[in-house]
Amino acid sequence: MTTTSPVEKAGGATATYVDKRLGSNSFLSRNLGKVFPDHWSFMLGEIALYSFIVVLLTGTFLTLFFKPSMIEVIYDGSYVPLKGVKMSEAYASSLDISFDVRGGLLLRQMHHWSALIFVAAIAVHMFRVFFTGAFRKPREFNWIIGVGLTVLALAAGFSGYSLPDDLLSGTGLQIARGIVQATPIVGTWMAFLLFGGEFPGTDFISMLYGIHILLIPGLILALITVHLMMVWVQKHTQFPGPGRTNDNVVGYPLLPVYMAKAGGFFFVVFGIIALVGGLVTINPIWIFGPYTPDQVSAGSQPDWYIGWLDGALRIMPNWETVIGGFTISWNIMIPAMIMPGIVFTGLALYPFIEAWVTGDKREHNLLDRPRNAPVRTAFGMMAITFYCLLWVGGANDIIATAFDLSINAITWFLRVMIFVLPPIVFVVTKRVCLGLQRRDRDKLLHGYESGRVLRLPHGEFIEVHEPLSAKDLAVITAKTDIVPLPAPERADAEGVRSKGYRIHSLRHRLSGFFYADNVTRPTDAEIEAGQHHAAHDAALEAPLHEYEDQDEIRNAHGGVLHHPGMADTNAEQLEERSQH
Amino acid sequence: MTDISPRDGHEVETKLGHSPVADIPHRPRATDTDPKAARRAERQVASMFLLSVVFVILFVVAYVGIDKSTTIYIPVMGTVGASQVALGFCLGAAILLIGTGAIQWAKKLMPDVEVVQQRHLMESPQSAADEAAANYERGKEESGFARFRMIRRTLIAALALFPIPLVIMLRDLWVPTPEEEGKSPAEILSTTIWRADSRIVSDGTYRPVRPEDLPVGGLISAVPEDLTEIEEIQGNLNARGKAAIILIRMEPDEIRSQQGEGWDYQGILAYSKICTHVGCPIALYEQRTHHLLCPCHQSTFDLADSGNVVFGPAARRMPQLPIGVDAEGYLVAKSDFAEPVGASFWERG
Repeated sequence: MTTTSPVEKAGGATATYVDKRLGSNSFLSRNLGKVFPDHWSFMLGEIALYSFIVVLLTGTFLTLFFKPSMIEVIYDGSYVPLKGVKMSEAYASSLDISFDVRGGLLLRQMHHWSALIFVAAIAVHMFRVFFTGAFRKPREFNWIIGVGLTVLALAAGFSGYSLPDDLLSGTGLQIARGIVQATPIVGTWMAFLLFGGEFPGTDFISMLYGIHILLIPGLILALITVHLMMVWVQKHTQFPGPGRTNDNVVGYPLLPVYMAKAGGFFFVVFGIIALVGGLVTINPIWIFGPYTPDQVSAGSQPDWYIGWLDGALRIMPNWETVIGGFTISWNIMIPAMIMPGIVFTGLALYPFIEAWVTGDKREHNLLDRPRNAPVRTAFGMMAITFYCLLWVGGANDIIATAFDLSINAITWFLRVMIFVLPPIVFVVTKRVCLGLQRRDRDKLLHGYESGRVLRLPHGEFIEVHEPLSAKDLAVITAKTDIVPLPAPERADAEGVRSKGYRIHSLRHRLSGFFYADNVTRPTDAEIEAGQHHAAHDAALEAPLHEYEDQDEIRNAHGGVLHHPGMADTNAEQLEERSQH
Repeated sequence: MTDISPRDGHEVETKLGHSPVADIPHRPRATDTDPKAARRAERQVASMFLLSVVFVILFVVAYVGIDKSTTIYIPVMGTVGASQVALGFCLGAAILLIGTGAIQWAKKLMPDVEVVQQRHLMESPQSAADEAAANYERGKEESGFARFRMIRRTLIAALALFPIPLVIMLRDLWVPTPEEEGKSPAEILSTTIWRADSRIVSDGTYRPVRPEDLPVGGLISAVPEDLTEIEEIQGNLNARGKAAIILIRMEPDEIRSQQGEGWDYQGILAYSKICTHVGCPIALYEQRTHHLLCPCHQSTFDLADSGNVVFGPAARRMPQLPIGVDAEGYLVAKSDFAEPVGASFWERG
């Protein structure tokens, strides 16, 4: 019963025309029905993608109005408090965008908000991928690309933050220059080349502008394309559930459901950013005033995603070494170069470290529940704790004034806690995960605790355990037991020391650290017995339900307490009575 | 492939291009069983799309009709630009409604049965790997890459060296100005425009400062007298970035130490305003403790004790400027700073 409209006919003709030249129909035949699994957490990456599209769109508009120049002008726009003030053309045009272009402030704020959301969505998406083990084989490359995208997103954000040339952005750049200058050997020269001489110079806005609108977005766009192509080719991972295995993908087809949902979600993200950009002020540059290198406002704060690096700079002790007339600024290098270097390298390498430790070479398309990989989950929580402590450090002055605390005390607290708290969080998380594993095992062996206590005819009290639902059973039993790698032999039968003993031994110990504490999954027979037992429990309750469900309920003397035709409510009873 | 019916007994017809329906419990929605509910959902979706159109029209009306300088008071938000709020609201609503409409359509009216597709191992079959290897061997053989050792080595050398010009060309990102000519970056960073007898003028008003302008406990941000002139010539703020100072005054007996004998003038001390950590300007001075606190990373310097670091990440003391008065009684510098101001750098030593 298909009718073809003229539009569809034209569409079909176009598809044929393109296919004759590119062979596109075979791609469409394979992919229009492509299945995507559904889960709310899979939308986090979508948010990142869509907010990036909004960043590109609004950014393109802004380039039409923004003047990336440090030529000094006298402001003569409609913002009265700054009238007649000397400022760079970049700052003046940012003010014009905010006050003299209709919708300009809306675009500026949408651009800023979507950039903040972009970085936040990337971070949360990364958490999801990490904690569910979605980075495992075959998806390691995509994890590395994701780490690259994270770094680029930070660079994009920071370079954009620096462009309006207001007091806050200039201060951020001054700090950035201080960090560059702290690089051993080449730092001073690098700073002179990057800024075209001394700070602030007259070059960096136009230079940053090219980097911000062309280089970084170009790289991000290229990496996102590869990121999505890999997701497409490898098919999305899925959470365990009924009917879901490592070898299939269960979900909705691209056309029409997924396209409508994902496409609709793009407009939702876009629309919310537009609403927030219209209604919530962000980065009111007109309050800060134009940049001069000898002024600063108290409580200077970077955008949220730079806060942890700023915090690291703040809580670092003031170590500096002078060797042979040259200065090594540990107080800057450690928090601003070495620490982030270790964090991002560790992130990028994590999938390979875990695969090496566990000796796991299988493909993983079914996601882990975080509790089933306690050491990984604990590592993740430890890293988040570390990050959050640095973040708190970035706001130490705000916290000090808000809670009337000593800034020195906060700083010392953080200097100690940055080493103490993450390991504590590690241990606690691991214990919590193992506890949850034990509870899962109990559920398999005894069924689900219904919370109902039953007294049996002979006086015994039992709590009724019910069999697990098909969904719970599928989710819990999807756990696979991983056996730690065996201890290597120190020497073979002839007493020759075996090759690579130490490295094998290290692997053995690490693998034990990862998995030795895991609660083993009961055997299928045990699970069946357990569920059977629960069913038996539930069956004991059956007469009770039968009693409740029967048509007539009698009291102890045989009188009818309730029968189906009886009025249930007072209103019904009154009506009945009035009819008689 | 055979179809698996969902457990509730709903038969789903196998059609060309359909994936098999997953064998998992599934409950039909109201819109599946009740035509009225389905029509209601249809109306909901259509009204969202229609409202979106309405908001686009409202956007155009607001763009043309609301003057950009009009402000409006909105509870919670305060006084805001009327145009900004109206445009943001209309644009946001127009876009958001397309999204919610599409999602409502997908959730209520499109099929909600999950389907299954099989995955395949990412690995290529062995035959493909063999073929690739054979092709590689053929290429190696035909090109003679393995045989021609000289070609191979010179090619590697050429490929390794050709990016060098691209790096060299970055050198002129910094073209020294005439005053900078012949000086290394480290030398440039180590000097400021302060000279002997440079008058100290207060920042902003550019009026010369007399000792009596500064009461005990007071603070003045100051710059050299010729700064504005130099800024005019140089066309940038570089000189200001190094020359900015603060003047503070304390009782002479409160000064425990300073960086040079007699560098104060009757308890007036001049210190650089640029933090020795990463170069933020410093302005938070606590007169009771004589501590100077950087607002960026909270490095704290004790100005009564040679500007030494008492807390925070800065490793170097605040450079002090030796000052005195000239014949007319105005504060002047006695020389440039004795050490580089601002953030540390490699050659600083």
